[in-house]
Amino acid sequence: MLIFRHQDGGKIASPEQMQIWMQQTMDWLNGLKATGNFEGKGDGLIFDDAKVVHHDKTVTNGPFGEIKETLGGYVVVKAKNADEAAECAKGCPVLQGEGNTVEVRRLAKGDGVHA
Amino acid sequence: MFRTEYRKIVAVLYRHFGFEQMETAEDIASDTFATAAQNWPINGVPPNPIAWLYAVAKNKAKTAMQRSNLFDSKISPQLETNTHVFIDEIDLSPQNISDSQLQMMFAICHPAIPTEAQVGLALRILCGFGIDEIADAFLSNKETIAKRLYRAKEKLRQQKISIELPSATQIDARLDNVLLTIYLLFNEGYYSISSNKVVNTDICFEAIRLCTMLIECPLTNKPGVNALLALMYFHASRLDARTDENGAHILYNDQDIDLWDKHSISNGALYLHRSANGNNLSKYHIEAMIAYWLTQRTDSKEKWQAVLGLYNKLLQIAYSPVAALNRVFAFSKVFTNEQAIAEVAKLKVKPDQFYFMLMGYLYTEVDNGQAASYYHDALKLAKTKPNEELILKKVNELR
Repeated sequence: MLIFRHQDGGKIASPEQMQIWMQQTMDWLNGLKATGNFEGKGDGLIFDDAKVVHHDKTVTNGPFGEIKETLGGYVVVKAKNADEAAECAKGCPVLQGEGNTVEVRRLAKGDGVHA
Repeated sequence: MFRTEYRKIVAVLYRHFGFEQMETAEDIASDTFATAAQNWPINGVPPNPIAWLYAVAKNKAKTAMQRSNLFDSKISPQLETNTHVFIDEIDLSPQNISDSQLQMMFAICHPAIPTEAQVGLALRILCGFGIDEIADAFLSNKETIAKRLYRAKEKLRQQKISIELPSATQIDARLDNVLLTIYLLFNEGYYSISSNKVVNTDICFEAIRLCTMLIECPLTNKPGVNALLALMYFHASRLDARTDENGAHILYNDQDIDLWDKHSISNGALYLHRSANGNNLSKYHIEAMIAYWLTQRTDSKEKWQAVLGLYNKLLQIAYSPVAALNRVFAFSKVFTNEQAIAEVAKLKVKPDQFYFMLMGYLYTEVDNGQAASYYHDALKLAKTKPNEELILKKVNELR
């Protein structure tokens, strides 16, 4: 039924090939952190993605699969305002680590730059 | 064919007429298909139906332009000698169709348009879905959707949003919003509360198609775009396996692995690999890596430790309560259910159905009475029949 195919779709990568790719991807990810290119270093927050918890934004659980597919069900979460988002962020497990912070930002809307 | 050709024609027409004359553009597109619907049953389908549709659309566009020129010249005669009178034909070449669609994507995903409206507009304008199909996907009715789309279009007009690609300096910021809309579109299809499998699957593939368009354009072929495409391919691999012929949901562990699409998984791995460069780590990168592990069903310590590590990273860069709950699920796989329950207690999340389902799961075999009680809380929040049945199945398994 998968009608949508990529041009490379005719070829299927072998599990071994995919494992090599994954390893290289993980190396890249870990390399980023080591060289300090992880944006917003101190608190580990990437500003570009701060919009996920955002005023009036629909926040979904993302296609993670996991519980959704294992236990079923679905959910759409909405944060009415930055305060509610901040309330949510208080539960962030990251906070359990000493010195870690969670930053919640409301982004400027409609200035043509921020989402 | 209707949907594919509709969205092509409408994108070109929109770009030609601009958002000020949105109705004109849509009328022409609808008229074109209405003409086909009248004509084809009587005269038979033409040998080249697409060329036929394009010719009709071109003619109608020409007539519309002539009419508007006539109007202009009557109310403002001084314009009569203006170049405005020159009528160019609309360009339905493949290049222009794809350019128009790409530009429309950026216009619709403009920060001034509310996110929910963006998803609706994307379904209608970029994907060519009918109002009834959109209503079905959102479990809403036609009137509500029509109103919502109308308001969104008003917004496009008021904000005078132009149909063009952003400048090179703006492209990254604007691209973020486009990716978010594609991501939400995919979610809408993948986790839709509607049980219309055909429409839901189509929505997922539309999201993949739009993302592929971004990758095919050198200007927008960025690592984050590749990561999002990888994420969607990994998840799409299970589309065939996750519902039965009656539309009931099949849980991950009960799915027939033979139905997992290997092309889709392979494509996911390919794009994930391509996404692994540059200095920016997006949430799509991490989610795609988590999604990769989901394509490996065998439970191994290695798998769940990797997933837990990725969730920790994800929460650092893009916290959401649901991601936190998903992290707890991975945590329970690495440690024990009891320890995971303690993790949930630290979270202070607002209890929703997702939360109750997780708690029901974690308490299973730790305290079946508690588990049943959590599943019943989840049941109260169920909105559809298949969802209810799924939870009842969980409750029955406790006995």
